[in-house]
Amino acid sequence: MDSQVKKKLNMQKLLAPLALIILYVFFSIFGNNFFSVDTLKNILESSYYIGFMAFGVTFVIITGGIDLSIGTVMMCSALIGAYVFKQLNWPLTIALFVTVGVGAMFGLVNGLLIAKLELPPFIATLGTMMMSQGFGSIITKVQSQTWPTATAEIGSWFKKVFIRNTFYIGQTKFSGFPVGAFWLLAFFIIGALLLHNTKFGRYTFAIGSNEEAARLSGINVSKWKVLVYTVCGIFAGLGGIFYAAAYTTITPGTGNGQELNAIAGVVIGGTSMAGGSGTMVGTLIGIFIMSVLKNGLSACGLQAPWQTFFTGAVVIGAVLLDIQRTKAANRVKKS
Amino acid sequence: MPETILSMTGIQKYFPGVHALDGVDLELRAGEVMALVGENGAGKSTLMKILTGIYEKDGGKIELFGKEVEIHSPYEAQQLGLCIIHQELNLLRDLTVAENIYIGRETIHGLFLDKKEQNRRAQELLDSLNIKIDATTEVKRLTVAKQQMVEIAKALSFPSTRVMVMDEPSSPLTDTEIQELFTFIRELKAKGVGVIYISHRLDELEQISDRITVMRDGHTVGMVETKDITLDQIIKMMVGRVIYEEPKSKSNVPDDAEIVLEVRHLISDDVKDVSFVLRKGEILGFAGLMGAGRTETARLLFGADKRTSGEVLVNGKPVSISSPEDAVKAGIGYLSEDRKQFGLCLGLSVCDNTVLPTLSDFVKGAFVDDRAIAKATSEYVDKIGVKTPHVTTAAKSLSGGNQQKIVIAKWLLRNCDILIFDEPTRGIDVGAKNEIYKLMNQLVSQGKSIIMISSEMPELLRMSDRIVVMCEGRLVGELGIEDANQEKIMSYATMRE
Repeated sequence: MDSQVKKKLNMQKLLAPLALIILYVFFSIFGNNFFSVDTLKNILESSYYIGFMAFGVTFVIITGGIDLSIGTVMMCSALIGAYVFKQLNWPLTIALFVTVGVGAMFGLVNGLLIAKLELPPFIATLGTMMMSQGFGSIITKVQSQTWPTATAEIGSWFKKVFIRNTFYIGQTKFSGFPVGAFWLLAFFIIGALLLHNTKFGRYTFAIGSNEEAARLSGINVSKWKVLVYTVCGIFAGLGGIFYAAAYTTITPGTGNGQELNAIAGVVIGGTSMAGGSGTMVGTLIGIFIMSVLKNGLSACGLQAPWQTFFTGAVVIGAVLLDIQRTKAANRVKKS
Repeated sequence: MPETILSMTGIQKYFPGVHALDGVDLELRAGEVMALVGENGAGKSTLMKILTGIYEKDGGKIELFGKEVEIHSPYEAQQLGLCIIHQELNLLRDLTVAENIYIGRETIHGLFLDKKEQNRRAQELLDSLNIKIDATTEVKRLTVAKQQMVEIAKALSFPSTRVMVMDEPSSPLTDTEIQELFTFIRELKAKGVGVIYISHRLDELEQISDRITVMRDGHTVGMVETKDITLDQIIKMMVGRVIYEEPKSKSNVPDDAEIVLEVRHLISDDVKDVSFVLRKGEILGFAGLMGAGRTETARLLFGADKRTSGEVLVNGKPVSISSPEDAVKAGIGYLSEDRKQFGLCLGLSVCDNTVLPTLSDFVKGAFVDDRAIAKATSEYVDKIGVKTPHVTTAAKSLSGGNQQKIVIAKWLLRNCDILIFDEPTRGIDVGAKNEIYKLMNQLVSQGKSIIMISSEMPELLRMSDRIVVMCEGRLVGELGIEDANQEKIMSYATMRE
């Protein structure tokens, strides 16, 4: 009986990776030119910036909170990074640090509002969502900002380092190699280690599972919550770099709605919105599912509206599964 | 003699592992106030929950106006004319008095609410009961006493209401308000309503009750006419159970043992100037009725709530405790009365819970050393006998006693010298209780000191070296274990101002 239950739970853990594989196979069969290296590159590349946001917000969601500001913070970071590079002529490396720094700053503000001033996360981050959107526009005087292209005089390495590069290993030519995937993988590993193997991560789970019990265990809950939101902001800033590398031109006042894509990825990956449970690998799979869906549907000739529609359906399906999973877990408790 | 409107005979109720009610009898006459008294956990609330359809009885008979009835839901109880005024009022604070009274039975005219008519009816009802409240006032703008009146009026707006249960109605009220309540209850009596009045304030009984039913350990121990009995006799009846645990006859702690904790003038909204000392190797019992301020004192001491003023000295040195983090650093551990809400992260594993206060000790470089955690947890799991399939099992899948042990393990691992055990045996079975007692005795023999809050007097008398008694947020008495007994504790515990 016990092993059976265990098997069932493990099965449910495998559902998300299984869904990813099934989707990929499905679109490979029915999609036009879906099963190709180019499509695989597209799938990877369309998950970079959303992936970074999703890694960050995974921490927040596991504490039982939410961060609605990551989409606009990401844009604001990229905008200000480009501004200091282009308008103030700061070196590109410094601009990159500024980009991440802006993200960290908004994350810190979120953390202070939520942990110290006890604002509900939804409200606090709704506020900073609007503020970051406005802030970027104010700094740049509502002018679009551009990051260096691959052929730019200064900083042509930017795209090569972060998005794709052509290089040789021995005699073999790798053209348009998606180097961004390595960054995503690297930060996935950092995120996973941080979440699952550090004190910070353990406290993240403890706070989400029972904040009061964590506090009464002598944990400085508010300090750790500030840190969690700051980490989330840093990841949004990193997302900004990859958004910039992919799209070059950043328009002030955008970014709205991107946070929801990231949150959807986290939820599809099995992290509970109630807090206390979730995995980083789930988030990674979640964003890939969304990315496969997006590219797959367009390979089937279904355009953006359909992609949005089906992504929504998948979110609902994933949460329904999550509810089933929780119910199954509770049944174990009773028997 | 007025007719008997309600009689409950031989009521039985089982909860998992507990025989909560064992043949309880209660009867009520028209126009009488029957007081129902007993210690915490005697079964008063359970009995009333059966009467009002919240629990189903497992045996016995309920007769209403001589006819046997089965009550399966609060709705059925209401239809039968039984209603209860709970300790926590069930009013919707943002709605008006009239809206609250007629909630679920709104006055309707066609498709729409007829507010005017509803307000008129409510006002009529309030006037007829001599309650001076405007029916269009929002409930949140009324005092607690007035809100209680509204709740009673609501109960009486059901024309069939003949039996009213009041669960400690006087506890949130001031003295004048209590007098108003009594006047009101007397009016109810005059209308022929029978009132079952639950109270911990024994001094009130003389004023308001006609007869008293005393419960103890799930039995009815007696029913007496109020005029024939003294307060002392009631207390004797309440606590006079056979003490199944031998009380400690003598303190194990010498009078000159070193003082490990001294609390001076602890003050907050609920705690009124509490001072006490705790000696090395001592179990200091905190006795008192529910709401006496014991848990509040513990939480203040532990830094879980904000204090107005007060000083704490650990090993003779003043420590500043403004958060649980500070308290833990000072070597104080707190086992909450409500482990689900305050003690455990139920969704997390046994080992994650156990190492929560000590996680920093298990960090190697940047990472947490899971192997060391599992090892340390297994050691404590074995040492105190937590029955769990594995240390990675989720805490929620364990039984209450084992969950409690995890909370204890957590503080043992932290090596806290001062432990606050708040109702450590609540909701766990007898066997597990004994194990926890044994564990506590081991701890003090190792030189740790324990503050034990308990509502079970035999438990306090068995475990404590010294007992302090609280009442209404004040520390009203202190008893060495040599001269402590249940009667003395009870008379301190009811020493209201």
